[in-house]
Amino acid sequence: MTTTPFDNAATSSAPAFFEQTWDLSYRHALGQTVGAFLAGLKDKKLLGRRCPTCERALFPARSFCDRCHEPTTDWVEVGHRGVLEMFTIVYEAFPGMLVDPPYVLAYARLDGADTAVVGYLKGLDLTDVTKATQLITTGTPIQVRFSDNPIGQVTDFWFELASPA
Amino acid sequence: MRNVGIVGTGQTPFVKTRTDVVYPELVREGATLALADAGVTMADIDAVVFPLAPDALIGVGNGERWCVEALGAHGKPFMRVNTGGATGLSAVQAGYMHVASGMFDVVLVAGADRVSESNSAQSVLNKMWDVAYERLYPLNTITMLAMSAQRYNAKYGADERDMARITVKNRRHASRNPNAHLRAEITEDDVLATRLISWPLKLGDLCPSSTGAAAVVLMSEERAKRSGRPVAWIRGIGQNSETFWMGDRVGPRAVGDHADAEALAIAISRAYAQAGITDPSAQLDVAELYAPFSSVEMHVIEAAGLCAPGESFRRIADGEFALGSGTTVVNPSGGTLCTNPIAVTGLVRAAEVALQVTGRADARQVEGANVGLATAIGGDHQFYASMVLANHLEEIAT
Repeated sequence: MTTTPFDNAATSSAPAFFEQTWDLSYRHALGQTVGAFLAGLKDKKLLGRRCPTCERALFPARSFCDRCHEPTTDWVEVGHRGVLEMFTIVYEAFPGMLVDPPYVLAYARLDGADTAVVGYLKGLDLTDVTKATQLITTGTPIQVRFSDNPIGQVTDFWFELASPA
Repeated sequence: MRNVGIVGTGQTPFVKTRTDVVYPELVREGATLALADAGVTMADIDAVVFPLAPDALIGVGNGERWCVEALGAHGKPFMRVNTGGATGLSAVQAGYMHVASGMFDVVLVAGADRVSESNSAQSVLNKMWDVAYERLYPLNTITMLAMSAQRYNAKYGADERDMARITVKNRRHASRNPNAHLRAEITEDDVLATRLISWPLKLGDLCPSSTGAAAVVLMSEERAKRSGRPVAWIRGIGQNSETFWMGDRVGPRAVGDHADAEALAIAISRAYAQAGITDPSAQLDVAELYAPFSSVEMHVIEAAGLCAPGESFRRIADGEFALGSGTTVVNPSGGTLCTNPIAVTGLVRAAEVALQVTGRADARQVEGANVGLATAIGGDHQFYASMVLANHLEEIAT
């Protein structure tokens, strides 16, 4: 048996890539608990659910406690103030994500909630990252702001510093 | 449970792009290298385990279907394992269970990745987050780990220069590893001058998107001893899972803190308990700890018990954990920070420790390495795997 190596001259002009785009569409069921939470946003209400066993207020609302494996029982309206738990300031665009940098993406724990929620922190001058990151850290007080016309999705609200810089 | 050893390992050089092979051909390269290293052929393999993370990253639906022939698996038991970034090590653990249980004597664990073929990796990874509550935001592995880094730095007083030192160390190590993707040495100031992506993470803090293949051959004690080859014995394995919700990892009622890697520490403690590791710094010569970004290495060193929480970056500044330091060497291969072929990244951690404890790691060899730890993390810091390997079956000395 003989083997024949590839002829470099022939392979250098051979096609090297096949390009394809996946175009996928979905219509996800939201479920009763998430649906009620999103309906609350239209009234500028921030709704969590309390676990009857560990008594944590899970926010945003969840139908069961992942720790106790119990259904949550009561709706809890959480406050519009809280603290920054963690954040990043994004300066580079990610392909396929429709938001222009720079922006602050953050998790904040709101008054009355035992867990934190993701959102944008707005109102900060991000031109100089050193200056911006001197103004915020874990524990910095924040307040929630709602859009004038909430449509029932999580981007209806965002965070701003409780004491503007 | 029977003793199980890693008898063969195979890795292709990891690069950005391979245009000379399609995906199954790449998978076959890693498998062929590991079979040769183990001194066996496909005919000796009883079962195959295939690691592959999200389909959309390689742009192939159920990519395992495509690779059955490449892995000689027709007519044999075959399974795919997916725990995100932990996939590769979870697959080795599944192979370990295959053999330890007595079901199979010789198992091939082999896979590959070609992450750079998609320009949409962070968009694919964004789909891990909750449909209604989180996915509308640009959450992805970069922003998720940037927030962990911010929280760690705020909690313990680390900064971007501390992170840069980790890149410097790992690139220096990678320069000695012919299979590593990013092999050029870099200075702290060079890392600090790279462009800001997601503060505090800069380009110099991030892993590359790597293409390449890796595999290991696992054997029962009897078959491994009969092979006459150097054997890295799997002395302990551990796994753990963390809540889906990043927002539950903060505040006074949190079980684990997103700044730290407490769930990983538990996964590692499970492997330590099985292996008889009670003093990791004294008993471990080497550790290949999955850390795709410089910042992650800080808390995974701590989770491995190699120092106290909040101490790792100070130790690194003192030169510890580096080749030639005399301490447990962390990521002598250059680690995930220099090479990240997602599906097999965790598998490479085990393969590198196997090479180390059998004295076959060439220029990156940790002198006299007998015992080592491999770890991996997947799915928004959610799935954790760990494995202790040693070149003997005796009690691991303290």
